[in-house]
Amino acid sequence: MTEPLLEIDDVSKRFTTELDIAERMARRLGADLAPKTVHAVDRVNLAIRPGEVMGLVGESGCGKSTLGRMVAGLLSPSDGRIRYRGREIGTLDGAEARDAALKIQMVFQDPMSSLNPRLRVRDIVGEAPRVHRIVPRREVAAYAEEMLAQVGLDAATSKRYPHQFSGGQRARIGIARALAVKPDFLVCDESVAALDVSIQAQVLNLFVRLREEFDLTYLFISHDLGVVEHISDRIAVMYLGRLVELGQAEDLLARPNHPYTQALVAEIPTFSTEKKVYSAIKGEIPSPLKPPPGCHFHPRCPHAHERCRVEVPALKEVAPGRLSACHLNDAA
Amino acid sequence: MTKLLEIEGLQTHFFTRDGVAKAVDGVSLSLDRGEILGLVGESGSGKSVTGFSILGLVDPPGRVVGGRIVFDGADLVAGGERMMRGLRGRRIAMIFQDPMMTLNPVLRIDTQMIETVRAHADVSRAAARERAREALVRVGISSPDERLESYPHQFSGGMRQRVAIAIALLHEPDLIIADEPTTALDVTIQAQILSEVQTLCAEAGTALIWITHDLAVVSGLADRLAVMYAGRIIEAGPTAGIIARPAHPYTKGLIESVPQGKRHGTLLKQIGGMTPSLLHLPRGCKFAPRCPRADAACDPEPPLAEIAAGRGVRCVHPHLEAEESAAS
Repeated sequence: MTEPLLEIDDVSKRFTTELDIAERMARRLGADLAPKTVHAVDRVNLAIRPGEVMGLVGESGCGKSTLGRMVAGLLSPSDGRIRYRGREIGTLDGAEARDAALKIQMVFQDPMSSLNPRLRVRDIVGEAPRVHRIVPRREVAAYAEEMLAQVGLDAATSKRYPHQFSGGQRARIGIARALAVKPDFLVCDESVAALDVSIQAQVLNLFVRLREEFDLTYLFISHDLGVVEHISDRIAVMYLGRLVELGQAEDLLARPNHPYTQALVAEIPTFSTEKKVYSAIKGEIPSPLKPPPGCHFHPRCPHAHERCRVEVPALKEVAPGRLSACHLNDAA
Repeated sequence: MTKLLEIEGLQTHFFTRDGVAKAVDGVSLSLDRGEILGLVGESGSGKSVTGFSILGLVDPPGRVVGGRIVFDGADLVAGGERMMRGLRGRRIAMIFQDPMMTLNPVLRIDTQMIETVRAHADVSRAAARERAREALVRVGISSPDERLESYPHQFSGGMRQRVAIAIALLHEPDLIIADEPTTALDVTIQAQILSEVQTLCAEAGTALIWITHDLAVVSGLADRLAVMYAGRIIEAGPTAGIIARPAHPYTKGLIESVPQGKRHGTLLKQIGGMTPSLLHLPRGCKFAPRCPRADAACDPEPPLAEIAAGRGVRCVHPHLEAEESAAS
C-alpha cells in the first residue's frame, strides 16, 4: 500500500461562543450559564492516497466544510494532527510551511464571494504565482492566460472583471486560481453546488480532466451523493461531526452499511418514469450545540435500540476497505 | 369538464435600460384539477416568471404584455388586481424557494396564520387559530401549540418550509404554485417535504405546478412535465414519456448531464456553451447554438409541434422513436 498523501489523525474542531458581558454578570449573580461549544468535527480519522479522489458527503452542519478548511490550512484543529506527506502541517516553519500551504489549495462554493470583484481575472489568477515567484514577473500575464485556457476560458477574457462572467465561468476562474500555484491537492468545497445541471456537468468533466493532466488528489466535499459518487474513488460520510461510514464509491452506494448512508442513498434523486413514493427518514437534523448522546443518529434511526442511546459506536472495519460506525454490525 | 388553468401565449417582458428581456415569450400550458405539472428549466429560462405571472406578482420593469391566463373560466390578466386579491391565498397559493420570503420575521407564526385565515374567511380569532393548528398538524409539525407561539427564526429550514406549506394549504386552494421549494433543503429533509406534498395534494385534490431546475426530483412527483428554455416551452408531455424518450436535444442533454451512477471517474455527456442572454437571443431556434443537431433548417424557429398525443416538441430535428429503433 502506498504512503498516504494526507493523513487526518484523530482531528477535532470545537468552536466556543464566549459569554457576553450581560451573561457574565448573570453568571456572577448565580445564573447557570456556560460558554456554548459546538463540536464541529469530532475525532475524525481519514487517510487520502496520492492521486485519489476522496468524496466527503453530509448534510448541513455535519462538519464537512470545517474539515475541508482544516485540511486547506484555513483553520487549525483543536485536537489531533493533519499530516501532509508525513509531516504535520501546523509544526512546519518558514519556507516549508509556505510550500506545504501552496501544495494544498481550495476551490470554494461561491465564486462571487471568493473572487475579488475589483481585480481583473488575469490578476486574480496571477497574483499568487507572482507573490510566490512561481513564474518570473514578466511572464505572469502569459502564465495566467495559459491557466485560464487550461480551464476552458478564452485568453481574450483575461482582462475582464469577475462580474462579467456567468456562474459556470466563475467556477472555472476559481479552479484556475487554485491551479496557478501548482498544487498537488485540491479541497473542493461544494464547488459545483450552485451551478445549473448542464453547467455542473461541464465543470465536473473539467475536474476529471484536470486530475489526469496534473496528477491531482482531491478532497471533494458535497451534499449531493450523486455528484460525489460520480467523481470519487472512495466516499466518507459524516453526520454531526463524526465519520459514520467510509468505503469504495461504487460499493458504498450499492451496499450502504450505516442506516444514515442507507437513507442518503435512497434519497438520491433518480429519473423515474413512474410516480415515486417518497419514504423519508423521520425527524430533523439535531442541533450540533446539543447533539444526542450515544450514536448521534439514533433519534432518527429506524433500528435504534438501547445501546445506541448510551454508547458511541466506534468506526470499525465491516468488510475489506469498508468502515462503518454502527452497533448493528456487532449484533450480527 | 373544463381545465382548471389554461395559459395561452403568455408573454412577460422586462423593460430594462439595456433593452427588452423577453423572460416569458409565448408560453401555453394547461392543467386539470388535481394534476401535478413539473415546470423544469435552468436559471433564466423563465420558469419562475411564468409562476409569478399566474399570480400577478411580476414587479416593474416586468409586465405581462400578451396572452391569456384563464383560471376556472376567468381571465386573470383582464381581471386585474381586484380579482387577483380575491384569488391569491384562497384559490391559488404559492410556496417560495426561501420560506423567509413568505414569513414575516417579526411576527409570531400564529399571528401570521390567523391573518391569512381571516383575510378570506369570516371567522373568529379562536376558530382561525384552530384552523392554523390543524394545518400545522397536517404538514407533520409536532407540538403545534408550542410552534404557533414561535417566531420564524426559531425554526430550522425544513420546518420553515413546512410552515410555508401549511399557510399555503389554509384555504384548501385549487392550485398551488411551488417555486423550487426544496432546493435550499438537505436531501433527507427534501424527501420528507416531497412525501408530504405528494400525500396532501392527493388527499385534497389540489393541482400543483412544481417549478424546479432538477428534472430528477420532479420526475418522481409530476404527472406531466414542461421543459423551458429561453422563455419558451421546448418540450411538454406525460412524465414517463419524456424521461424514457426525450425528444428535444436539450431535454436529452439535461437528462444525460445528471450523474446517474454510471461508472464514476468517466466524463459525463455535457451540453456545450451556456444559456443565452435574454437580451441577445439568437435568431431561429434558441437552442441551436448549443445543439449538436442544428443546421440551416433551425431558422426560423419551429413551433411546438405535437409528435404524439399530449406530447409537444419545439424542434426541427427531434429524437423520434422510429429513428431510435432504427439506430439500435
